[in-house]
This record gives sequence, C-alpha cells and structure tokens, in this order.
Amino acid sequence: MSEDYKEPESVWTSNRFWSRSAGWVTGFSAVLLILLTMDTLGQITMGSAEDLANKVTKRVPSASVINYKVTYEYSAARGHEVPVIGEKELFFGRNDYSEAEANALLEKGKLTSQAKNCMNCHTLLGNGAYYAPDLTKAWLDPAWQAGGVMQGMTGTTSTDEAMLVFFQNPDKYASHARRMPNLGITPEEAKGLVAFLKQMSSIDTNGFPRNFNKIQGSTQK
Amino acid sequence: MSIATPKYLSQSLAMKYFFVAVVLFGAQLVMGLIAAYQFVNPEFLFNVFNFSTARMVHINALVVWMLYAMIGSAYWMLPEETGIETVGIKLGTLGFYVLTLAVTIVVGVYILVQVGPGTEASIWLINEGREYLEAPRWADIGITVVVLIFVYNVFATVMKGKRTGITTVLMADLIALAGLYLAGMFYTSNITMDQFWWWWVIHLWVEATWEVFVGVLIAYGLIKVMHANRQIVEMWLWIEVTMLFGSGILGMGHHYFWIGTPEYWWEIGALFSALEPVPLVGMLVHVIYDMGKHNGKVNNGPAFNWFIVNAFGNFLGAGVWGFMHTLPQINIYTHGSQFTAGHGHLAFYGAYATILIGMMYVAIQRRNGIEEMRSTATSKWAVSLITIGVLGMTVALTLSGYVQAFVERAEYGATWDGYFIAQGATWFTQGIDWRLAMGVVTLIGFLLLVKDLLTIAKRSKALAN
Repeated sequence: MSEDYKEPESVWTSNRFWSRSAGWVTGFSAVLLILLTMDTLGQITMGSAEDLANKVTKRVPSASVINYKVTYEYSAARGHEVPVIGEKELFFGRNDYSEAEANALLEKGKLTSQAKNCMNCHTLLGNGAYYAPDLTKAWLDPAWQAGGVMQGMTGTTSTDEAMLVFFQNPDKYASHARRMPNLGITPEEAKGLVAFLKQMSSIDTNGFPRNFNKIQGSTQK
Repeated sequence: MSIATPKYLSQSLAMKYFFVAVVLFGAQLVMGLIAAYQFVNPEFLFNVFNFSTARMVHINALVVWMLYAMIGSAYWMLPEETGIETVGIKLGTLGFYVLTLAVTIVVGVYILVQVGPGTEASIWLINEGREYLEAPRWADIGITVVVLIFVYNVFATVMKGKRTGITTVLMADLIALAGLYLAGMFYTSNITMDQFWWWWVIHLWVEATWEVFVGVLIAYGLIKVMHANRQIVEMWLWIEVTMLFGSGILGMGHHYFWIGTPEYWWEIGALFSALEPVPLVGMLVHVIYDMGKHNGKVNNGPAFNWFIVNAFGNFLGAGVWGFMHTLPQINIYTHGSQFTAGHGHLAFYGAYATILIGMMYVAIQRRNGIEEMRSTATSKWAVSLITIGVLGMTVALTLSGYVQAFVERAEYGATWDGYFIAQGATWFTQGIDWRLAMGVVTLIGFLLLVKDLLTIAKRSKALAN
C-alpha cells in the first residue's frame, strides 16, 4: 500500500479488502489444485505387467500392454468408448515381452517422438499441431488394419509391420498430398514408436476421440 | 507534470529487451507464413525445412518475444514505481546478454539441426519436442538462472525503494511464473503424466500468471498515459488478481478432459474455465471506465490505442473464443482442431502482444521526454493492419475448425481417413487460404509497426519544436 493511501468508507472500494481477498482466493485455489493433483497423480501412474495379467484396469496401462490386443469399445456404464485390453497378441512376432523389455521399447519410442518433434505436426492426446492426424488411437485406426491403405502401400500384413516400414521412409508411402517427411528414423526407433503408439491407444481418455470409426458413412466401414 | 525521467540504467536495459522482442516477433511472423504456406503447398521446402520446424520456431519465437517484452516492461516500470535505480542492474544486464546468446544458439540449432536421434542427448542438446517447451534442457537451466537474476532484481529493488500495489502484485506473480517453469523440466515415458505437468507450465502461464502480468501493465499504463488515480487503479488490479487466479488456477481442468486424467476434471474444468472470461470483462470495463473518466485525454496516442485493442482483444480472444469450446460437451469435438489454433491466435495477440507493444510506445515516449506523443499515420496503419490480419486469421481458422469438428470428428469418427477428408473439404481449404492472406496483412502491419517504433520519437520531437 502506498503511503498516501486513504482507507475508503465502503469495504467494496477498499484496497486492503481486495488485496486480502486476492491472497485468500489464490491460496484456496492453489491448495485445491494441489489436492486434486495428488489424487490425479495416483490415478495416472502407469500400471504394471501384473495388473494386466490380473485384468486390473488402469487409466494408463503398463508398457507390457504391447503383449495384448487393444480395442476401443462403447461402455454403456460410462456413456462413451473405453479401451479394452483383451487376449494376448503378437507384437513383432512375440507376446512375451518382459516388463523391462516393454519399458525399454516404450522409452525409446517416447524419446524418439520428442526428438523427432512429432508434436509440431501431429496431436498426441489432442495436444500439438494440426498439420497431421491425431495419434491418440492411431494404433486402432482402420487405415493401419488389414484392408487399410497403409498395409497395402507398405506391402505388409500387420499393423506393427506396416508402421515399422512406414516410419523409416514415410515420404515414400504418401496416402495424401501432404506427406510425412523423412526424419531419419532407424529400425530400432521405429519399433519403439510403434510400442509408444500401441500403449497410447490403451490409455483411458474419457471417450476422446468420440465415436472413433463408429459412424456409418466412414469410407473404411 | 513533466514526463521526463532520469536516465535509469534499468530503463536502458528495458530498451534492449524490447529491441530483441521485436526482432523475435518478426521471426515469429516469417515462420508462421512459411508454415501457413506449407498448408497450401505441402511440397514447399519439404524434407528441407519441414512444417514441424517452421511451426516450432513460430511458437517458440512467440513465447520468447513475449517473455522478453514482459521482462523489459518490468525493468522499465521498476525505477518509476520504486523511485530508485534497479538493484543489481549490472548483473541484470549480464543476464540479458547470456539469455540472448542462449536464445540465438537454440534457434540456430532448431533451424540447422532440426531433429536428433531418439536419445536423452537430443532432449538435452537439440529439442525437447514438447510443444511450446521445445527448448533443450541446457537452455531450460540457463533460462531459469537468468530469470532468477531478474526476480532478484525486482525483489531487491522493491524492498529497498517504495512499495506499491503494482510492485507487490508483480513480485508475487513473478515468483509463481518462474517457479512454474520447473514443472516442465523432466522426462517421463508416461505420456499422460508428461501432458499433465506440461499444462502446469502452459496453462498456469497463459491463463493465470501472464494474465495477472497484463493486469499489472494495464494498471501502470493507465496511470502513466492518462494519469488515472492510483488508488482506484490498484483496487481494480487486486480485484482482477482475485478473479483471474480464482478462475484460472482451477480452470486448468479444461485441459484435463481427454489426456487420461479422471472424469472429475470435466466438472471442475467446465465450471472454473467458464468463469475465466469474467475478469477479462472486468478488465475491459475498467479500461473503458477510466477512459470515460478522463474524457479520453491521453498523453500517448499509439500506446493508448494498443491498450484499447488489448482490452477488447483479451476479452474476445481469450474470453469469448476460449469459452466457445471450453465445455467438455463441445470440446470433445473441437479439441485438437484448427478451432484451437483460431483461439490461440486471437488470445495471444489480444491478451499479450497488444499490451506489450503498448508498453514499448510508453517506453519510447518517456525515454525521449516527449510530453504528448500523438499517433502518426504509420502508427494507425500498423495497429489497424495487424488487428485486421490477426482477426482475419482467427475467423478463417475458426471456420476451418468447424469443418474439422463436423466432418472429421462427428461424421467420420476422427479416423486417419476422416482427418484427410476434412482437410480436403472446400470450406476447410478456403479457411486455410484466407489464413495465409491475413498472415500477409499482419506482416505488412508489423513492418509499419517497426518503422513507427523507430521513427515516432524523432517525429514527435520535431512536431513539438
């Protein structure tokens, strides 16, 4: 408060009242945010391989989810789609990746996604740039499944192999005029990226994107 | 009342910060135009200077020029508010050179190296790859050190000199602003955790601490430009802080709808972010009220014009455009579309660019001891063209965003195919074309702004004699 401050008669025009209000409101909001953060952190901590084996649902499943089939299905209880982790599924010919192996793959993929600046063309969980498709559920996208354009172009017969081939030479496999550039992605990095995308597709995003590939009229249906 | 002030070193430093800010603003526009043109012609500089690189430099230059102009504004205000030279100004000046060298190296690496192998070394040395926080880790640490010097300058000066409501808010805000940056400086393989903390920096900067910073600048600006009553201005400032932090801190919930975080953020995010426009209306009313009270008599025409554009732009860009897609029922269709880009353009411009440019004019006027600085034709063309350009880009991107929401999201269920069908839709591509055209308008306005900033003092002095 400056020295020539005059305390007004009404509390509503009192600087002291408002400065204290600012302090209290800010403090209260910050404390509430911290409490909610503590709860959220518990809920978004990555699950374990044991959780997957025991069918314990986690919002962010362990990297070991690459050993399982992931689908995105409507839940009547929640009113939107949720990822469903099913039976074991081959991922580059194996479904027995240990947790450490799966974590190493995921880490390689996540680091590659950052080092190659994916987020400045694509969106991940809807965040990023809008020059290329959202990658949240890319693993489940019909374009990458049997009969989809990407398997056809890359001459492969599975989603993981199609992605592996594509990432190493994306500019050669253009589905549209707007191509993905060649970012010098190595086979090891590409494999990590596929694991990263598969694990991301298993995250419970409260139904985003909505009606993913469910609407009649989609050219892939 | 004479406007001439002693030649404070702090204000010389402020001018240096403003100078670099304008250079980076120019870089932001050039990179934006390259990226906008690549939307129209995707083969342009393909595999040489890709969209991801242009876009990264575009948004980084934006954040950094605004931080430069904010730091510059604080160094400018400090001696006038406290009545003394800034404490530790030599260290502050050294910090400026260190920061500018670091920024130059970072931008050089962005442009020349662009991407690295998928290792931690890339994140430390090349590019962290997290939108807005791309600066490599070494630079993060450097930025933190320089900002700590700046915070020390502010605190030591306010403690030694006169303390006002404005400087009290500034101090509290700076501590929060600097501390929050630390939330973005770690690596995790868990993308949900990554995005959770990422928003602590992005949201709590642009929807909380930066907005309060704007409140501080408006308060200072109104006192200087129209001699508004300090007691009333500071009361408004405290009310704004109450409302901005009261809505903005928990308004963070609107970023936690779809990233893997629990459903309760739907309600919290919807409620508090819907309240976020309220303080922006308050700030608008405050400026208009003060203008009416002083019969529109101002001693700095161009600065005041920018303040008015700020009052409306903040309300429209951050308030209205933000509110349009802040509810989860709507956001599920607009999240991650050009709708967000439209909001982003008008919000950053309306809330921040405008007030910071206004502060540059205030500094030019007072540095040169000009009693009354009137707008030149160039000043008016600059503010008009930039505003029309940014508004045009915003409307164009919003329309493209609608096409995405309806076609890509609602009709095609957000698939790869749906994405490209929407991108090829005529109404989408028209929006993208108009965005490019309006970007050119913005650049022309910017060039006039630079000319005006460089020449207005001389012209005003010549007129006075």
